[in-house]
Amino acid sequence: MIQMKMITNRFGKINPLSIDSYINLDGYKGLKKALSIHPTKIIDEIEKSKIRGRGGAGFPTHIKVRALSKQLGGKFIVCNADEGEPGNFKDRSILENDPHAVVEGMIILAYATGASKGYIYIRGEYQNAIKIMKATIKAAEEKKLLGDKILNKSFSFKIEIRSGAGSYVCGEEFSLIESIEGKPGRSRTKPPFPTEKGIHDLPTLINNVETFANFPHIILMGGEEFAKIGTPSSTGTKLISLSGNVKNKGLYEVPFGTSIRDVIFKLGKGVKNNRKIKMVQLGGASGPLIPEYMLDMSIDFDRFENFDSKTGTGAIIVIDDRFDLFDVLLINMKFFVHQSCGKCAPCREGHVQIVNLLNKFINHRATEKDLMSIENLANVIQQTSLCGLGQTSMTSIISSLRYFRDDYLSKVRY
Amino acid sequence: MILLKEVLSKYPKEQEYLIEILLEYQTSKKNHYISAEDVASIAKYLDIPESQVCSVISFYTMLSMKPKGKFVIQVCHDVPCFVNDSTSIYDKLAELLGIQDGETTKDGLFTLEITECIGRCNESPVMRVNDSVYVSLTPAKVEKIIQKLRGDAK
Repeated sequence: MIQMKMITNRFGKINPLSIDSYINLDGYKGLKKALSIHPTKIIDEIEKSKIRGRGGAGFPTHIKVRALSKQLGGKFIVCNADEGEPGNFKDRSILENDPHAVVEGMIILAYATGASKGYIYIRGEYQNAIKIMKATIKAAEEKKLLGDKILNKSFSFKIEIRSGAGSYVCGEEFSLIESIEGKPGRSRTKPPFPTEKGIHDLPTLINNVETFANFPHIILMGGEEFAKIGTPSSTGTKLISLSGNVKNKGLYEVPFGTSIRDVIFKLGKGVKNNRKIKMVQLGGASGPLIPEYMLDMSIDFDRFENFDSKTGTGAIIVIDDRFDLFDVLLINMKFFVHQSCGKCAPCREGHVQIVNLLNKFINHRATEKDLMSIENLANVIQQTSLCGLGQTSMTSIISSLRYFRDDYLSKVRY
Repeated sequence: MILLKEVLSKYPKEQEYLIEILLEYQTSKKNHYISAEDVASIAKYLDIPESQVCSVISFYTMLSMKPKGKFVIQVCHDVPCFVNDSTSIYDKLAELLGIQDGETTKDGLFTLEITECIGRCNESPVMRVNDSVYVSLTPAKVEKIIQKLRGDAK
């Protein structure tokens, strides 16, 4: 048993548009239990669960939750469903298959932190998910699970759906906040962090869809039990978006600690047409490119930290030996040229120059100096960009310079 | 086609709703774009400068101030689709429609665009036509889809 179905347990078993079918399969049980506990105790359970954010960065969730709970006055909770990282479809899968789980997680967190308003920011391309979530909110309101005096407690919480409009950078928390305010999604300087000054300068907590879907389970089983799943540094399960040249592409849920090789070969049934793996990209366009011999690495935030990137989204893109390293790098880098918001120079100008340098390699016009330039520039972009986009976009370049250096050297003209 | 007034009346007069308004109105329009007159009306309704409306439209790729075709076809070309031969899908579309990335056919029916990941990598290669997603494409499938859309337009 490689798979462990917790978040995906209801997928296919319920009608996502029926709140009753969700309730019949333990839906809103976590919320009912949560409402009988003191808010600070809920945050204690979240801390004991050791859950880390599922959006990619793997930040310990309880720190953000506690920070928000200590703020006074109006505050917001945001569900980040701006899943734009290429190779990821796990958040869409949750929204489309078990939408109430996300809403339940948000209500629990609102109760724990004292927030009275929430947003679900869904990327504009996910029209189906947007329709489903709008219907879900309405159904929850009709059952008095959202709105004033939820389940007759003196606690009110409302959720609004917001659509993205085709901007990858809006998955970054401050860009997302700007977008919710109806502005272009250009990031802000930190600190202050969103839990201090977010939407309309009020404290705002942003979590990923999958993180929210975990809260009902944490409350129902208790933090300590939850922490027994997975590894000491990464607890619980992880949704994996498996794509590329594998026989069985798809969404899988595994406990943390499962090896990447097992996901590709046992769940994905290996590479199509029995070809060899040239490389695997983890996390998405902003994730590392690793060679076949590293696939025994386990899915674990601590292992991913070696790459300094948002690897923790759980995307695994398998690329077989018909493809060249530079094909993949060029697609990734052109993506970032297009997605840079243009606010800071390293990201706005840097990506353009990286594409120019890559083209030199592709056309066999690169020299040793260009190899040094690409390495230096990648580090400058990573270290000096304002937001998570430029801070992680260079991961495929930096990792490939480490693991596929021969590919670069074979294109250098001496 | 819905009137802009009808769309505006659904939303509070707050800048927070600007993107929602733009998306809803643009989707309802045949040519999928926001005109200069629309910008002026929206800015007036929300009591913000027209420049702010324009800066939002130009920032977000799903919003446009240029008229597009009746069917906006977006082919994903990110790595998960690329390694599943999305190039052949784009080439087939370009051949069938006689246009390239960013162009619109003379009859105003189709706009072809290369787009970023649409989150259906488990069924790649994929494309979107307006709000519908087509998955597990082959050049032959693409040909049938275009034929059907041409028929629908008549």
